[in-house]
Amino acid sequence: MMATMEPEARRLFEPLTAQDEQASARLHARLAAAAAADGILDVAYRTVDTPLGTLLLAATEQGVVRVAYASQGHDAALAQLAELVSPRILNAPGRLDGVTRQLDEYFAHRRRVFDVPLDLRLSKGFRRSVLAHLLEIPYGVTESYAQVATAAGRPRAVRAVGTACATNPVPIVVPCHRVVRSDGSFGGYAGGPDAKQSLLLLEAA
Amino acid sequence: MADFGPMVLRVCRAVVGPDEAEDAWSETFLAALKAYPELDEGANVEAWLVTIAHRKAIDATRAAARRPLAVGSLPERPARTGRPEDWDGDLWAALAALPPKQRAAVAYHHLAGLPYAQIAAITGGSTDAARRAAADGIRTLRVTYLARTREREGR
Repeated sequence: MMATMEPEARRLFEPLTAQDEQASARLHARLAAAAAADGILDVAYRTVDTPLGTLLLAATEQGVVRVAYASQGHDAALAQLAELVSPRILNAPGRLDGVTRQLDEYFAHRRRVFDVPLDLRLSKGFRRSVLAHLLEIPYGVTESYAQVATAAGRPRAVRAVGTACATNPVPIVVPCHRVVRSDGSFGGYAGGPDAKQSLLLLEAA
Repeated sequence: MADFGPMVLRVCRAVVGPDEAEDAWSETFLAALKAYPELDEGANVEAWLVTIAHRKAIDATRAAARRPLAVGSLPERPARTGRPEDWDGDLWAALAALPPKQRAAVAYHHLAGLPYAQIAAITGGSTDAARRAAADGIRTLRVTYLARTREREGR
């Protein structure tokens, strides 16, 4: 858009064209606060650096709705939230303070249980029942896909448990990494096999 | 939508001036956020944001007319950053001296990149009138601002 500007107009508006990062940050924070106060900040998000790379965290007014690894694509995750939850999405770290702090503690071996409100609306039906069961698998413990299928009420739905884990919208906080193959191998993971291994090693230490 | 934040800020600074620009920007985006779910898919988000900013600018201008004018000291030399604290007082003075339709047409075309037909839909009037308003505005700015700047820089 600026590229199409005629040279004279470009020169004319030169004092206005510089990116003003400070003002942008200030205005963005002000908008997030005003939107939250008006009850129209449907999805707040932020990114956080962890030993497993940069995570995207997103929360509705109900609770944490999405945790996405960089390998899953943060833009894709935000686009999905815009489509399935609401297009009123802002980078607004305040709402994510609690889960951010608890993730820091978790990676520092100072937390074993996440105590934050969750919004599991992105997961439906049987997948949702699987996530509910995953929350009951304790820190440092693993279960097989078959065990989870039984616990979630459909013993033959082993593959569906795999899908529920693969599509877990809130990995780490809902510990799908604690579900492994019956032969003891790790199995797949939303954040990649290395991330799963790292989490299981972290919890075993 | 956040991608258009800097563009809308430039437009607000040009249309309502550095002091009111941040209020106008905030009101524009809050209103946009409220209305966003009703926006048609495939709508031109830039034009839509400028339309909202245009209405907010009219509101701000009306409100300013009811307030005593605050006159700040103008900087000695034009700054190149665009920040209100060192915003080029001469450029804003030159923009402020334009008739509102010319100022809007200049900002919406040259800063927001909107075509004249879209600008006409926002400000009222015909496409040709919008094109003329922008051309007249630029012609005036050439005299009131660019010439002075060149003079000062010894060009």
